[in-house]
Amino acid sequence: MSGERRTPQSLPVLPEAPADPGRRSFMRTAAAGAAVAALSGCGLEDFFRKSFRELSKGDVQKVLASLERKHSAKYGRAVTVSGAPAQPGVEFGYGLDLSRCVGCRRCVYACVKENNQSRKNPQIHWIRVLEMDKARGVDLAHAEVYYEADQVPRPGHFYMPVQCQQCRNPPCVKVCPVQATWKEPDGIVVVDYDWCIGCRCCMSACPYGARHFNWAEPTLPKEELNPVTHYLGNRPRPKGVVEKCTFCIQRTRAGRYPACVEVCPVGARKFGNLLDPESEIRRVMDTKRVFVFKEELATHPQFYYFYAT
Amino acid sequence: MSGILGFLRGCARLVARGNRAYYAWLGVLAAAILIGLLAYAHQFRTGLIATNMRDQVSWAFYVGNFTFLVGVAAAAVLLVIPAYVYEWEPIKEVVILGELLAVSAITMCLLFILVDMGRPDRFLHILPLLGSPNWPHSMLTWDALVLNGYLALNLTVVVHILYKGYRGEHYNRKLIVPLVLASIPGAVSIHTVTAFLYNGMAARPFWNASILAPRFIASAFCSGPAVMIILFQILRKTTRIAVKDEAIFKVAELMAYAMFVNLFLLGAEVFKEYYSATEHLLYTQYLWSGIGPHRALVPFAWLALACSVSAFLLFLVPRTRRNFVTLNAGCVLIWAGVYIEKGMGLVIPGMTPDTLGEIYEYRPTATEWAIAAGIFGVGFLVFTVLVKVAVPIMTGTFQAPDRAADHPSPGKSAAVA
Repeated sequence: MSGERRTPQSLPVLPEAPADPGRRSFMRTAAAGAAVAALSGCGLEDFFRKSFRELSKGDVQKVLASLERKHSAKYGRAVTVSGAPAQPGVEFGYGLDLSRCVGCRRCVYACVKENNQSRKNPQIHWIRVLEMDKARGVDLAHAEVYYEADQVPRPGHFYMPVQCQQCRNPPCVKVCPVQATWKEPDGIVVVDYDWCIGCRCCMSACPYGARHFNWAEPTLPKEELNPVTHYLGNRPRPKGVVEKCTFCIQRTRAGRYPACVEVCPVGARKFGNLLDPESEIRRVMDTKRVFVFKEELATHPQFYYFYAT
Repeated sequence: MSGILGFLRGCARLVARGNRAYYAWLGVLAAAILIGLLAYAHQFRTGLIATNMRDQVSWAFYVGNFTFLVGVAAAAVLLVIPAYVYEWEPIKEVVILGELLAVSAITMCLLFILVDMGRPDRFLHILPLLGSPNWPHSMLTWDALVLNGYLALNLTVVVHILYKGYRGEHYNRKLIVPLVLASIPGAVSIHTVTAFLYNGMAARPFWNASILAPRFIASAFCSGPAVMIILFQILRKTTRIAVKDEAIFKVAELMAYAMFVNLFLLGAEVFKEYYSATEHLLYTQYLWSGIGPHRALVPFAWLALACSVSAFLLFLVPRTRRNFVTLNAGCVLIWAGVYIEKGMGLVIPGMTPDTLGEIYEYRPTATEWAIAAGIFGVGFLVFTVLVKVAVPIMTGTFQAPDRAADHPSPGKSAAVA
C-alpha cells in the first residue's frame, strides 16, 4: 500500500531514545517493580506527588523510571515510558481528505492498537468515523457511527473521521479544575493521567466528542500491549481518568507518522509540521481548500478537512 | 472549655433521645445510608461503569441531583432577605431553620460531586498549595470555592447563634449581621456559578443560553421554600416552636412569584428554540417530544411541567394558598416539578444527542439510585440532628446549667436570630 512505510520527510527526526537500562534486566527488577506497584496501588506515592508539569527534571526521570518498572512488571515485558518534550520550531498539523476516505475504519483500529486503548467493556475508540449523506452534507443529526464496515463506501454517502482536533483555543483545557490537561508547545493537547480527578468537565466542553473516559479498568491483554509509550500518550491508563488522541505523541515526537496516517489505505490522511514550508501539511494548505469542523465555535483546530478532488 | 464539652455532651444526649417515631425515622435513614454505602463500595471497586453514564452522556443522575440541591441550599436566601433586609418579624424565628437546611443541602451537594468523580482519591488536587486549582478559568474550581465558602458561612452563623442561645446570651450582632448579609450574595452565587458550569460550554447548545442562570435562581426560589413550608408545619406540631400562619403564607406568596418567573423564562426559551428551529432545536425536541424512537425523557418533561403549572395555580390563588391541604399538595408538586426539571431535564438533554449527533438513551442504574438514596439519607440525618439540637435551644429548654439558674427563661427573642 502506498500509505505504508512512507518516510515522513517533513518531520524532524530525533535520535532513537537511549535504551532503558531496566529493559534488559527487567526480570530482576520485577520484584522491586511489584513493590513500587503495590505502593502506588495503595496510593501513597501518587497521593503526595506533584503534577507532571511541576516536577523537576530529576523527578520526571524518577517518575518515568518508576512507571517503566510498574508497567514492565504488570505486562511481563520491557515497557519504555518516554518523557520526550516538544521540539522547538514544530507545530503539528493534520489534514484529512474527505474525497478519499472510504470509511474502512482501519485508522480506528490502528489507533487502538498503537495507543493501548481498552479493548472491550468498555471498548475505547479515539477516532470516530461518521457516515454522512451526500445530499445533506455535514449534518450530525443524520450521521451514523455504527454502519456496516463490509459495505463501504456506500453509494450516496461520504465518511468523516473525527478525532481530537488539537484546538488552538481548547475548551477542554479551560474547564479542567485541576490543570490536568494542557496544550503543549507543539500543539498537542495532552492529559496527565496521574493528575486527572475524573470530573469529566472536559468531556462536556469538547465539541468533537474527542475525550473518552475509563469507566472501568481498561482491558488490555498483555500480548497486545504496545511497549513503546510516552508519559502523555499511550502508556497504560488507570480507571477513572480521561484520555484522548495525542497525534501519537510517542511517534510524532520521535519523527514518525501517527499510526492512523501510516495505516490509511487510500492516503486520505496527511500530517506534518505547520511551521515547515516544505511539509506535506503545508502542501495541502497551499494547494487545497481546507475547512475546520464547527468553525463557528472558534476553537481553531489544527486539524484540517479538505476535498482534494 | 468545660462549657463546650458540656454543650457537646448535651447535644449528644438530645440526639440520642426521642420517641418511637424519631427512632423509626433514624432507622429508615440508617438503612438508606447503608444501602448507599454498599452501592458505593461496588462502584468504587468496578469504576463508574456501575452507572449507566458513558462517553456520550458523561454527566447524568449524580450531577442532576447536585444541581437540584444547590438550588435548595440557595433558597435559604429567600427567607434571609425579608428577615434581615426588611426586618419582617414573623419570619425571623425561622431563618435559622433555613440555614440548617442550607448546611445539609450543601453536604449532599459535595457528596454527589464526590461519588461522580472517577478518582475521588485525588480530591486534594483541587485545593490551593496541595493541588493545582485552575483558577480563575475553571467553573468547577469556582463552584468548589463558593460552595465551601457558603457552607462555612452558614455553619459559622448557625453554630454561633445556637451556642450563644445555649449559653443564654445574645448573639454577637457585629459578627452575625455582616455574615448573614454576605450569605445573600453567597446564595445567589452558588447557584449562578453552578449554572455557569453548564452555561459556558459552547459545545452544548442546550446549556449555552444566557437565560440559564436566571432560570436556576427562579426555580431554586420555588424548591427550597417548598421544603421549608412542610418542615415548619411538622415542627410546630411536634415541638414548641411557634411558626405563625402568616409567615408560611408569605413564603407561599413569594413562591408564586418565583414560579411565575420560572415558567416565563421556560416559555421564552422554548419559543426561541422552536421558532428559530436551528439545528440546536434537537436537544429541546429530545426533552419535549423525543427524537424518533428515543423518548425516554418525554413523559418526565411533561410531568414536570404539569406539576409546576398546577403548583403555580395553587399558590397563585389566595384561597388555595391559605388552605393547608392544597398548600402542601402544591409544595409536593413544586418539589417534583423542579427535581425533574433541574435534574434529568437539564443534564440529560444537554448531552443527548452527543456532540457528534449520536443518541444514547440514559437511564440511571440501581447503583445510582442506591447511592443517591444513601446521600439523601446522610443529608436528612444531618438536618435531623441539627434540628434536634436547634429546636430545644430556640425554645429555651436546652441551656447551660449555670445559665439556666441565672436566667430561668431567656425566651426565644434572645436565642434565635
